[in-house]
Amino acid sequence: MKPVVEVQNLSKLFHLGSIGATSLRETFERIMGRNTSKATHDDNRVSAARRGPYPNTFWGLKDVSFSAMPGEIVGIVGRNGAGKSTLLKILSRITEPTSGRAILRGRLASLLEVGTGFHPELTGRENIFLNGAILGMKRWEIAAKFDEIVEFSEVGQFLDTPVKRYSSGMFVRLAFAVAAHLEPEILFIDEVLAVGDAGFQKKCLGKMGDVANRQGRTVFFVSHNMSAIRALCREAILIENGTVAFSGTPSDVISRYLAATVPDDASEGGDLDWRHHAEQPGNSEMRIQRIRTLDPTGRPQTTFEAADSIDVEITYRILAPLRDLRFRIQLTTHEGELAFQATDHTFQRELHEPGLYRTTCRIPGGLLNRRMYVLGVQADLAGVRYIMHMTEFINFLVSGAGNQSSHFPEAWPGVLCPKMSWTTAELPDAAV
Amino acid sequence: MPDASSKESPQNGYEIIIQPSRGWLRINWRELWEYRDLLRILVRRDFLAKYKQTVLGPLWFVIQPLLTALVMSIAFNRIGGVDTGRIPDIIFNLCALLPWSYFSQNVTTGAATFTANSHLFGKVYFPRLVVPAAASISNMFALALQFIVFVAFYLYYAFSGADIHMGASVLLIIPLMLLTGILSLGVSLLIAASTAKYRDLSHLTPVLLQLWMFASPVFYPMAKMEHHPSFSWLCWANPMAPIVEATRDILLSGGAWATPQMPQMLVTSALTAILALIFGVAAFNRAERTVVDSV
Repeated sequence: MKPVVEVQNLSKLFHLGSIGATSLRETFERIMGRNTSKATHDDNRVSAARRGPYPNTFWGLKDVSFSAMPGEIVGIVGRNGAGKSTLLKILSRITEPTSGRAILRGRLASLLEVGTGFHPELTGRENIFLNGAILGMKRWEIAAKFDEIVEFSEVGQFLDTPVKRYSSGMFVRLAFAVAAHLEPEILFIDEVLAVGDAGFQKKCLGKMGDVANRQGRTVFFVSHNMSAIRALCREAILIENGTVAFSGTPSDVISRYLAATVPDDASEGGDLDWRHHAEQPGNSEMRIQRIRTLDPTGRPQTTFEAADSIDVEITYRILAPLRDLRFRIQLTTHEGELAFQATDHTFQRELHEPGLYRTTCRIPGGLLNRRMYVLGVQADLAGVRYIMHMTEFINFLVSGAGNQSSHFPEAWPGVLCPKMSWTTAELPDAAV
Repeated sequence: MPDASSKESPQNGYEIIIQPSRGWLRINWRELWEYRDLLRILVRRDFLAKYKQTVLGPLWFVIQPLLTALVMSIAFNRIGGVDTGRIPDIIFNLCALLPWSYFSQNVTTGAATFTANSHLFGKVYFPRLVVPAAASISNMFALALQFIVFVAFYLYYAFSGADIHMGASVLLIIPLMLLTGILSLGVSLLIAASTAKYRDLSHLTPVLLQLWMFASPVFYPMAKMEHHPSFSWLCWANPMAPIVEATRDILLSGGAWATPQMPQMLVTSALTAILALIFGVAAFNRAERTVVDSV
């Protein structure tokens, strides 16, 4: 059997400074030989590995090759700016590669976002047809699946209401319902699963697994959510600096990814410091500058004593006033089991004016088990929208005596091992 | 059904090859045909969305040219003293505005293809040509509505004794409007492609259209242009000039050309339109490949 997707030496060169439309003046200045001062400045923003052959260029992707067989779900992981989106955009034919090629044997659909092309003035019914057509479905295909889509979306009674009156939850459910009923042989999905409430997310994950297993379709799944990658994928690819750094089973790839999550210029483990604005996680309203895991003495660490507390410290810059910003941190084990999520919601201020902030969460000593944990951080406006989806940043090891109240380090099951308080009293025989 | 076969067997010949493209004019006709449902639905969306957003709905398609005709009749013909001959000035202008509004609508919407859809284009692939093509088809509905208003005015003037009449040649209006469609699509694709590279040019589009309107015999008879010592070349150089004048000849004078050279002028105009379309599609194709990297 031939692979469904074959990617051969795919490369894409970007022009720095011309991201954002060129103006006539810039072209004029370039022709006139000015505008050269900018070149040296820009080149410093790019690491040596990705610098392009001409001044002011960099490789968004360089010599990427891989292939996938029918029915495979392939996870694509990598840091922000590593080239995942560029790869997806080329394979979705949104932009062209500079060199190399990819062969796709089958119809293709990409969900880089749900609800692309939804028109607020049109009704739910009209938008199902519009969105379906934009995603490449034929009219008869949409008509044949119409009832299924409506049922999946759970918005049946509002079908003839303009979607501008939908709640954001309804909007997302309808949008995903259309997308989920596409029947391409190849499907690219970018983080869209991080939408809707937990129940709906589960439904989406189930639908995706179904699509690949039962219908033999190939799914590429880009996510920062390692648990989802682990749960869904059988193969994974790690993209680093525009190239495929590693590929293999999800666990191997995730371990490599987490080990490599430390930015190039970090001096120690447990300290992620993004110097370059472009690499900082976040969006146009908030950028995370630094995340550290600190031991009780305030030193960044990736190995902690089980009895000691761990401070998770997030330093971030607010770029636009934000109301009801909250962080959520999450610890998962290396095997992908969720230990807990915690939020600073009730501790946060109501309104963040632009400026630099630092939020610290103290995970008390005597709570975690002796094992590897992965720290995830998410930022959102409570109940409104995401600023940054749950992203896994640092992995650390809890070791030492452990909390099972025994000095003998025996293997202990469970994602947590809280230090409890126990009492034992010897009772007189008469009491029984 | 060809669709069913490609659906059932992924290995069966359906193959997409992604690589840097070569050549300057390559249109994937088969793919365009595959997306005909999208074309249809975009036409519907354009029309529905425009109509749902306003209180007066589709009436706007009618009021706008009507007001323009009225204002221009006062400014050009009554105050400016431009003589429209035996034809009452309002119907004279209203008639010329049929092809002109269609043309300028198409150019305005088509030129903004990349900027207005940058979000959509950045998220999903489909042949980009579908969008401006859908726009020029949905603008045809506005043209049809406008035509109904024109007929109402025509009947009013005809019954009140104005010297206007239509004949069998009225059918010529269809190829004439198709010609307008082709020309405007070509022009809008050229502008869309250049604004994709140079965003500043989008400020120029309305100015260009206004100049073009005054360089076309919309509010004055073409004879004025033809006999002007230094502007007679515009009759040949401006492909819209003979279209506008011919529309009037067909709808108000029973198809009698006011200018004996009209057939030759129309052929020149048609050739220009085809050239514009070819270059437009080529430039648009070139721009669409990498436009999301810059817009």
